[in-house]
Amino acid sequence: MTTRSTILTHIRDVAAQQGKTLAPLSDDLPLLESGLDSLCFAILVARLEDALGADPFTTAQSQRFPRTIGELIALYDEALV
Amino acid sequence: MEAGAGLGRRIATRDWRVSLDDFAGATSLGARRPRLAGRSVVLAVGDMAKAAAALIELDGLARRIVLSPPAFDMRGLDALVRDAEADALVYDGDDAAPPARLDLLAPCGLPLEPLASSPSPRLRGEGRGEGPGRFHDIAANHPAPHPNLLPANASVWRGTSGEKGRIRRLATEWVMPTSGTSGPPKMVVHTLATLTGAFRPAPGQAWATFYDIRRYGGLQIFLRALAGTESLTLSGAGESVEAFLIRLGEAGAKHISGTPSHWRKVLMSAQARRIEPETVRLSGEIADDAVLAALRALYPSARVEHAYASTEAGVAFAVGDGRAGFPAALIDEVGDAAMKIVDGSLRIRSNRTALRYIGSDAPPLRDAEGFVDSGDIVERRGDRYRFVGRRGGIINVGGAKIHPEEVEAALNAHAAVRASRVFARPSPITGALVAAEVVLREGVAANDDLSREILTSCRAALPAHKAPSFLRFVADLPVTDGGKLARHG
Repeated sequence: MTTRSTILTHIRDVAAQQGKTLAPLSDDLPLLESGLDSLCFAILVARLEDALGADPFTTAQSQRFPRTIGELIALYDEALV
Repeated sequence: MEAGAGLGRRIATRDWRVSLDDFAGATSLGARRPRLAGRSVVLAVGDMAKAAAALIELDGLARRIVLSPPAFDMRGLDALVRDAEADALVYDGDDAAPPARLDLLAPCGLPLEPLASSPSPRLRGEGRGEGPGRFHDIAANHPAPHPNLLPANASVWRGTSGEKGRIRRLATEWVMPTSGTSGPPKMVVHTLATLTGAFRPAPGQAWATFYDIRRYGGLQIFLRALAGTESLTLSGAGESVEAFLIRLGEAGAKHISGTPSHWRKVLMSAQARRIEPETVRLSGEIADDAVLAALRALYPSARVEHAYASTEAGVAFAVGDGRAGFPAALIDEVGDAAMKIVDGSLRIRSNRTALRYIGSDAPPLRDAEGFVDSGDIVERRGDRYRFVGRRGGIINVGGAKIHPEEVEAALNAHAAVRASRVFARPSPITGALVAAEVVLREGVAANDDLSREILTSCRAALPAHKAPSFLRFVADLPVTDGGKLARHG
């Protein structure tokens, strides 16, 4: 499974678990408009740490915060290189 | 109670049976026993039967007993000795003497050995009617003079030549280090009067406890049994719940106390029906509806009660209606324990609350009105107060504060769940998330569907941020030496 598909799967899963309605997922969809709230986002990041073995939000070099789905995927792609 | 009421009673652990009658003419403290008189004594004995024997003898004899907790880290001994102004230490005679720079190190051993050079330490007949003050030379600052409770208590010392023939029993201070979750332990001062203030005479009760008697909950049962008329059954070091239940059944123990964590282990045990308790007593942790209901179902003829007590606050009350929490009316009731709620936490004042802390930098234990702050947070729901957790044990999820205990109660309410532990998982987004470990009931298979179902039931019962985001099935949950769910590590 690619990083992208892992992330998208977990986004859908977290949204379903938390009873959230997701907007259609695309790379330029702003995270704030995705339907995920901050709790969902926190759960997503923790799940991805378990699934991918990386948490780019706690590593020192990543100071920028992703604003879109595409930037989120890119952040993990970079962290996993 | 009158001293001497041994009458065939005994204290039984896995390894020892100590007959209470034997204390009339024998000792666990050997030849050094007379030298312990009037001292501040650290009791650092691993074996619980030996510790019990030493306690029986030291009360009334020592000025102060410091009940070193089981598995005490001896590196903390110097601080303990300093703060308790200890000048003697009692250790297990089967072990090497600890490296303590103390005036007197006294080994303690079983079986009891005959008292040397003591013609007749019997207390009852001796000197009766020969004037007041003969038996109880109680210190003037003793809050409520109480006859020594321990039976056949040989803990009497004959005065020096100046007081020849005079028998003195000291109002011994019982000092209990608290198992604080942070910082060094605080040392809490009780007397036999504060420790036994909750007792009502109840003959015929054969008590047993899962607790260690050096913890407040266990000490209560130890003293309660001694004040009663029956034997006491205690667990052995490292003894399994299965083995202990078998022994309890054989001993005929009918009144049994432990923490909810202890009792959940009983509920999971194939030997649970070895006992036929009349009283199932829970204390030391929050008893939730699920564990109370399960115990009532397992032991339909038993009174299932949960007592609210702490080392500092003492025993406040016991609730026997099978529901978690306590009736709101108790707060205003003019009973023998006064209660008030300040900043959400329960404060208690009764004749069972401890007197003070000792030690350097010891904070005051009571407020200006004599109330002890329990640190237990309560919330009123209808006609009932529920315990929601400990102050300081809070999980902060994006600014929302969550008590692990309330989440555990929601998890434990699920029919497949036997026990749970809720803890914080660090999150770079919200600071923390709620995570849970769950022990399933016997015969229930762990799988992803069940995990989802349990989490869904929590989300139905709790606000979204309180429901666990992560759930893991485990075979067992760690319990501390004190019998409480281990929350750290």
